Amino acid sequence: MADVIALTYDISPDDFTRAGEASSDVKSKLKQVGVSPAAIRKVAIAMYEGEINMVIHAEGGKITVEISPEQIRMILADKGPGIPNVEQAMQAGWSTAPDEVRSLGFGAGMGLPNMKKYTDEMNIETTLGVGTTITMVVKL
Amino acid sequence: MTVGDLIGKGIFQVVEEGDDLSREITGIFCCDLLSVAMGRAPSMSAWVTVMGNVNTIAVATLADVSCVILAENAQADEMCLTRAKQQGVTLLATEEPVFEAALKVHDMLHG
Repeated sequence: MADVIALTYDISPDDFTRAGEASSDVKSKLKQVGVSPAAIRKVAIAMYEGEINMVIHAEGGKITVEISPEQIRMILADKGPGIPNVEQAMQAGWSTAPDEVRSLGFGAGMGLPNMKKYTDEMNIETTLGVGTTITMVVKL
Repeated sequence: MTVGDLIGKGIFQVVEEGDDLSREITGIFCCDLLSVAMGRAPSMSAWVTVMGNVNTIAVATLADVSCVILAENAQADEMCLTRAKQQGVTLLATEEPVFEAALKVHDMLHG
């Protein structure tokens, strides 16, 4: 079995100033191991959107990134309120973000659509009142 | 045109020089919604926006744009400046509106 590098990050709730730190760290590590810039960009965008979602909606959570020669898998797990209607949440422009978040330039309802657009596989497991786990794969 | 060439024209104020003046600029992107910018800003573009918060720098880094131009005299807040310095992001500023600022870059790229 090929070597897999696993990275884990705790995402702080309500801290927009730190959102993006985990994605930036993954980006620099992928650069170090020689992943193509195009694949790095996909991972960075998808993961940052996920981070922001966790900060806005889910009081933080945990992100695990598994890097193998074939693919990069991101697992974003939170203990937030869950997504009542995944199909609706996947529509571009649909957003439940509060005004405060919109004033920062987020909340355009592009998060989940961007995550899907920039990854090769995306799976959402969500249970109301329990949490959401999103798994995304970018193939190399 | 490189980031250094753009700075050398003296049209924009240099808020933070960044760490790669040799980086090429191959296009221009204008948007203030960070999630849209995140998904749409082409790599190696000059991104013109009025959003001067710390998340602007995160998006600039992750979307891999060549520089950020704050238009309309928009001010970068303290944390934005700190993060730009840490991440080596080139941050420029102008009193011009977004369209005019972008047009100037366009003219330099294609003029």
